[in-house]
Amino acid sequence: MCLAVPGRIVTWLDRDPTFARAEVEFDGVRRVCSMACVADAAEGDYVLVHAGLAISRIDADEANRLLDDLSRLNDRDGEFSYESSRQEPEP
Amino acid sequence: MKYVDEFRDPKLAQRLVREIRRTGTRRWVLMEVCGGQTHSLLRYDIEAELADCVELIHGPGCPVCVTPAEAIDFARELSLRPGTIVTSFGDMLRVPGSLGSLVDARSQGAAVRPVYSSLDAVDLARKNPGTQVVFFAVGFETTAPATALAVLQAASLGLDNFSLVVAHVRVQPAMEALLEAPHNRIQAFLAAGHVCAVMGYESYSELVSRYRVPVVVTGFEPVDLLQGILECVRQLEQGQASVSNCYGRSVHRGGNRAAQECVARVYEIADRPWRGLGLIPAGGLALRSEFARFDAVHRFGGALTLPVVEDSGCRSGDVLSGRIRPTECPSFGRDCRPESPLGAPMVSSEGACAAYYRYRREGMAAAALNCELTRYPT
Repeated sequence: MCLAVPGRIVTWLDRDPTFARAEVEFDGVRRVCSMACVADAAEGDYVLVHAGLAISRIDADEANRLLDDLSRLNDRDGEFSYESSRQEPEP
Repeated sequence: MKYVDEFRDPKLAQRLVREIRRTGTRRWVLMEVCGGQTHSLLRYDIEAELADCVELIHGPGCPVCVTPAEAIDFARELSLRPGTIVTSFGDMLRVPGSLGSLVDARSQGAAVRPVYSSLDAVDLARKNPGTQVVFFAVGFETTAPATALAVLQAASLGLDNFSLVVAHVRVQPAMEALLEAPHNRIQAFLAAGHVCAVMGYESYSELVSRYRVPVVVTGFEPVDLLQGILECVRQLEQGQASVSNCYGRSVHRGGNRAAQECVARVYEIADRPWRGLGLIPAGGLALRSEFARFDAVHRFGGALTLPVVEDSGCRSGDVLSGRIRPTECPSFGRDCRPESPLGAPMVSSEGACAAYYRYRREGMAAAALNCELTRYPT
C-alpha cells in the first residue's frame, strides 16, 4: 500500500494547484501523475510517486552521499567509523 | 531503475551485514512497521540472514489488513446498489468482510472496479455523471494526500456523484499502542519511510523520549533496510535513543508540507477501530464537516454495522501486533492460504502472512528462488 516508485519528470502538463500534472517516466514507461504536492519540482528531477501522486522530490545529492559513505564502509577492516544517518540541522 | 537498483547492490548489502554483525553484541528486537518493508525483508532473505543478530517483529503497517470488516461490509452493500460503482486499490477489493469480499460480490451483480489512484476514481465520476462513484479510501499517511486531493478535485469540479468510504489510519498512534501493550518487546522501530516522506519525523521525538526507543526512518530496498537496522543496533549498543533518518533521499525532517496541508484541509484526526487491534485513539482520519457531502455514509444514509466477530481460526490480531509470527498460527498454510484466506494479512500483498506464505513456507527454500540477493557471505 505504501509502496512508491521513483520516476523522472519528463514534461509538466498543468500548473493548476489542484490539478497539477506532469508526465513521469518509470524505467521507460511514461505515466501522467499528479504534481499537486511537489509544485517546485522541475523537468528532469526525480520524484517518488505513490498511488498516482508525487509525494516527494528525490534528493540526488543525498542519495549519492549515502552510496559514497557505504562504499567506504569496511574499507579499513572495521576502522571506518560508520556515520550513516546525518541529522538535518534543527530548523 | 535509478534510485532502486543502486540500493539493491549485493556488495553494499554484504558490507552492511558485516557491519551489523560487528556492531551487535546481543540479539536486539526491532519492529519494522510497514508491511512493504516486511515483504522486502523476507524477499531478500534479510530476516533469516540476520536471525542471530536481530529479531524482526513485523508490525501492523498493512492498511488493508487493519481495515475493519464492518467497513468492508458497508462498501460491499454500496457496490450492490444500482447505479453505484465502488472503486479501490486491488488488494482492498479482495479482503473478506463478514459476508465476503467486494470481488466476491461481483457474482451477485456488484459493480466493483480496481483503480491505481483515487484520482482515477474522480475521473471516472466526471465521465459518468449518471453513476455514483464511491472510492474506498484506505491507507496510511502516505495515501491520505491523494484521497484528500481527490476530494478537493471533486469539490472544484462540482461533482455530486463522487464520495469516499474513509478508512484511513495513522501510524504513530498505533506504534504507541504497541509500546503500551503489556507483552511489548520492541526495543527499536524501523519507521515507515513513505509515511515519513509525507509527515516528516519531528513528531517521533516525543515518542522517543517517552519510551526510550530509537526510531529510525527507513526505506524499502535491501540497502535501505540494512542501513536502518544498523542504525538501530548502533544506537541500542550505545544506550542511545533518538530519531534518525536513514532515508534522506526521500524524507526531509518536516516532510512534505503541501501534502500535509492538503490532508489537514480535508480530514480531521479521529479515533478509529483497527482490525485485530481494536479502537486506537486518534488512530485514523475522518472527513471534516465541510466535506461531509463527499462522505459515503452521509450521502447514502447508511451506517456501519456493529463490530464483526472475526473467525476464531484466524489469529491475525496477534500477527498484526507482533505477538506471533504467521507460521505460529494453526491455520497458516492449512485452512488459510492466499486463494482461500481466513484473514486479511494472507490476502494483501503487504500482509505478513502472505509474505511468509510466499517466501518462507515450511519445506521451501526461502526466498532464494526469486530474489536477486540471496545469502550474504560473511
